[in-house]
Amino acid sequence: MSAERQSGAGVDHDTIPPANTTLLIVAGVLLALPIVALMWVASYSRVDPKLGAFPFFIWYQFVWVFLCSGLTYTAYRLVLKARPHRPMTDETTEGGRR
Amino acid sequence: MNAITTAVPAADDHTGVNGTALAVLIILFAAVTLMGFYASRWRRPTSMESLDEWGLGGRSFGTWITWFLLGGDLYTAYTFVAVPAAMFSAGAVSGFFAVPYTIVLYPIIFVFMGRLWSVSHRHGYVTTADYVRGRFDSRTLSLAVAVTGFIATMPYIALQLVGIQAVLEVAGLGGGNNWLAKDAPLFIAFALLAAYTYSSGLRAPAVIAFVKDTLIYLVIIVAIIYLPHKVGGWEHIFGAAEHKMATPNPIDGKPTGAFVPPASQHWAYATLGLGSALALFMYPHSITASLSADDRNTVRRNASILPAYSFVLGLLALLGWVAIAAGTKPIGLDGKPNAQLVIPQLFEDSFPSWFTGVAFAAIAIGALVPAAIMSIAAANTFTRNIYKEWLKPHATVAEEAKVSKLASLVVKAFALVFVLTLDKQNAINFQLLGGIWILQTFPAIVFSLYTKWFHRWALLAGWAVGMVYGTVAAYNVANPRGGIHHFGGSLAQMPVIGELGYIAMTAFVINVLVAVVITVILNAAKVSNGSDETIKGDYFAVAGDPRVKPLPEPLSESTPSP
Repeated sequence: MSAERQSGAGVDHDTIPPANTTLLIVAGVLLALPIVALMWVASYSRVDPKLGAFPFFIWYQFVWVFLCSGLTYTAYRLVLKARPHRPMTDETTEGGRR
Repeated sequence: MNAITTAVPAADDHTGVNGTALAVLIILFAAVTLMGFYASRWRRPTSMESLDEWGLGGRSFGTWITWFLLGGDLYTAYTFVAVPAAMFSAGAVSGFFAVPYTIVLYPIIFVFMGRLWSVSHRHGYVTTADYVRGRFDSRTLSLAVAVTGFIATMPYIALQLVGIQAVLEVAGLGGGNNWLAKDAPLFIAFALLAAYTYSSGLRAPAVIAFVKDTLIYLVIIVAIIYLPHKVGGWEHIFGAAEHKMATPNPIDGKPTGAFVPPASQHWAYATLGLGSALALFMYPHSITASLSADDRNTVRRNASILPAYSFVLGLLALLGWVAIAAGTKPIGLDGKPNAQLVIPQLFEDSFPSWFTGVAFAAIAIGALVPAAIMSIAAANTFTRNIYKEWLKPHATVAEEAKVSKLASLVVKAFALVFVLTLDKQNAINFQLLGGIWILQTFPAIVFSLYTKWFHRWALLAGWAVGMVYGTVAAYNVANPRGGIHHFGGSLAQMPVIGELGYIAMTAFVINVLVAVVITVILNAAKVSNGSDETIKGDYFAVAGDPRVKPLPEPLSESTPSP
């Protein structure tokens, strides 16, 4: 992944900047996990096992608040790594590249 | 509203004005109002006379301000009143779904909001309708998106007033039989809001959001630690909730609600969560708050810290069950039971009156932030996509800002009239419809961030079919328990699957199917799909790239008039 380190000169900007597809897929899976887990209501719509007085249904979803936050942050780091920014050059207006 | 005869017997119990609480509420409200006016000087704009400055705060908000602004924007006063009220009266399916909703929300916006931020900043789009206009070269599709956003936002603003009203009602205000005494407090609150939104634009809610969120966090954490102990512990709370939910309702003989969703309501729970999550960031006010971030990654970073609010919302939902254990009796000033009053009533019954005042202020101020952002966003949409696009194409930047400011006043005045003259139930009905409608703009906005395959007329047709289906389906929902024949709820039987599901989701699926089928036909017939003014690289631009800047409008160096 060294090509996009170069400055934006001579790049066709009507293309998607190159990315590490594997990392993007991993990030996508991390983001999909909370959605799949919470849409699968049958997996948690029950009272036991309780955590203290809290029914499983309640505390399990609270746990997902933290898991989702962690997974989203991990996905964020991965996505930044997977697709390094390709600086843009302006082909239509006054400026050249910076 | 006019049940004067029934109001008399209940008068002794409920019209007592809580002096201390009211004083604290007024002091905090006044402090926040001053901050709102001061906000125009915050971060020193050179001029407020452009829509970028007034309507997007100069597009300069960093991670933490964006976090406060988005949190203050999305978790509205109405949410704080309605979610525990639903838990209290109908149980987990209609109340606790707010938790999975606000969890799955963030992976979803993480995925598309970065792209929307980038393309909007490359092309100076302020609204989603701007984007659709540029992307599809279609004024009609853009108008459909703009009108949907505008109409869906109006009842949402009205509901913020319902939130303030709930607090005022429990505080003992608004009980008089004459019009002036009854509605004056609400009127004053909204006049102040209108005045500082007019002068400070998006900066006002950004500043107030700090106060709002601090108060909300404080009140909910105190409540969730102190109240369960007071009413006999969590064991007792969950016991009381389970008992109430299992008790058959006298009208239809079915259980009152769900303690934990039974198998027959899994679809309902899941579709309510997912449908609401997909819809939320289609609202103009969510987009406005997101686009005011200073960089593409500010929005994405926020997706991982915003769930802090979801946690608080979950705790707040549980307060609805705390109220069951506490035996809270939410009875309005008209003497009728009104579940919407349960949280303010619980606070008044359980807290010392000065802290009740703080709690009431938290809810009332909580209404101001979203109401301000919603009215700004609705005004932006009206100005750019209806006024400038259809009525006065050559409007200058200063004219745009002026029309936008006026439109934000009109929108708020409309909301006030709506709440004062019509039954509250109307506001709730329209809000319900608004949620269904706004989701129908999702394919045109989000799918097009990823693919050029969808045809603009197919998206328009899908939108139209989704709107009609959703409206009709919502109209046909009756709620015998509430004595309501139409718009009785947001769930209806889903075709094919046969279970109850969120109407917005069903309409959305139909919308997408229509869009796909017609796209295939139009693409095969080689019908022009318009010229796309965006290029693929636009969707990945960050701050610092060419043209990714607040619009550098050379306006006069004037300080905004207060």
